[in-house]
Amino acid sequence: MTLGAPWALEWVRRCAAVIAEHRVELMTLDRDIGDGDHGENLDRGFQAVLVKLDDAGGLATPADVLKLVATTLISTVGGAAGPLYGTAYLKAAAAVAGRETLDGEALVALLTAARDGIVLRGKAESGDKTMIDAWTPAVDAARTAQNEGRRPAAILAAAADAAEAGALATEPLVARKGRASYLGERARGHRDPGAHSTALLLRAAADTAAAA
Amino acid sequence: MKASNAKVGLVFVSHSAKIADGLVDLARQMAGSVVMIPAGGTDEAGIGTSFEKVSMAMAKADSGAGVVVLTDLGSAVLTADTALDFLDDVLQARVRIVDAPFVEGGVAAAVAAELGGDLAAVASAALAAGTSASSDAASAVSPTATATATGTAATTAGADTGSAEGATGHSVSRVVTLINRDGLHARPAAEFVKLASTFDTHVTVNGKDAKSLLGIMSLGLVRGMRAEIEASGEQAEHAVQALAELVESGFGEA
Repeated sequence: MTLGAPWALEWVRRCAAVIAEHRVELMTLDRDIGDGDHGENLDRGFQAVLVKLDDAGGLATPADVLKLVATTLISTVGGAAGPLYGTAYLKAAAAVAGRETLDGEALVALLTAARDGIVLRGKAESGDKTMIDAWTPAVDAARTAQNEGRRPAAILAAAADAAEAGALATEPLVARKGRASYLGERARGHRDPGAHSTALLLRAAADTAAAA
Repeated sequence: MKASNAKVGLVFVSHSAKIADGLVDLARQMAGSVVMIPAGGTDEAGIGTSFEKVSMAMAKADSGAGVVVLTDLGSAVLTADTALDFLDDVLQARVRIVDAPFVEGGVAAAVAAELGGDLAAVASAALAAGTSASSDAASAVSPTATATATGTAATTAGADTGSAEGATGHSVSRVVTLINRDGLHARPAAEFVKLASTFDTHVTVNGKDAKSLLGIMSLGLVRGMRAEIEASGEQAEHAVQALAELVESGFGEA
């Protein structure tokens, strides 16, 4: 089982399928404390990615695939998730540029770069009730798993588990970034939709790696 | 270099095409020759922001002197930042995204650009709009307060074309009555600020900087109110006279 361009393609297709499946759930989460468009925007973005993947040739490395996802999300999502996830995929692509396959170290670098890209773009910190609250635990868990010498699929599974826990942990928080920050105390008790979609995307990575 | 005569361009990034378009219309009243490009809504004309619209707008707004970009909520900022990252180095170096109030900052930036301000000047005009709009609104002067505040200078003022000229040291002041329909608002305020900016001297109206559009507009000076124009420095006399005459001319309004 190696994680090369075929895995990256499989991961992205799974992302599109999972986001489509959870479209309404994400919109509902976002409607509670935001503007309600997260599911719709992200679904539009990933459906556009699928079309681009079909048209594109020469996607020889995981970085090629990630870069295509990045530019497509940036130009089609139309909400905050576009620049945020777009930057994440773009930085992730740069972190593993030129590699045919990704080992544990490369996966940690990929996830770290993605998280750092989102922080750079959105300027959120841990505890702000944003997708960073899923990303940072995921990066930390991946690094720990890598240090323990776990296999790539297990590293991604650890990241997905931590992202899900992190998303859940946004529920009691008051938001300090994004549209939900206007709501103050009213944002408590609601899960951040961006943290939730992050958990979905990382679970898709883990599942496809396990099957690779 | 065309850059020497070119004016700074503006891009207004909003979630709503109507808001971005509306801000161009509003700012256009006071800045007829500035390139202002609205980038509102998604590619499907929905609520949101479009990377492509914003990128195109940044390129179109540049005439060589740079571009100041104003944004409304959340993703407008993120989309603008991302678009900036993708610009070529030359354009990237002269695009500034400012964290300023969208409407007030947009209008202030447009006037600063119209007056020939460089990139830094236009950006700081937008940024300053945040503080002056809120604090000046609180200190807007009523007709009675104006008369009181101007003190002795106002005592000899006539009813309509009242003028009390007096020089204390290097400062010159004169009290005028606003006779035009809109008072010192919108277009007349912009004309006033433009004229004031031509003098290399410090000029105030009821204590507010006469070269600050928002400062002037926030005085809330409407028809029938009186205003004290005061200047100091070498050109003081000239400045006060020219500005007083402009006010007393009624700005060409009925």
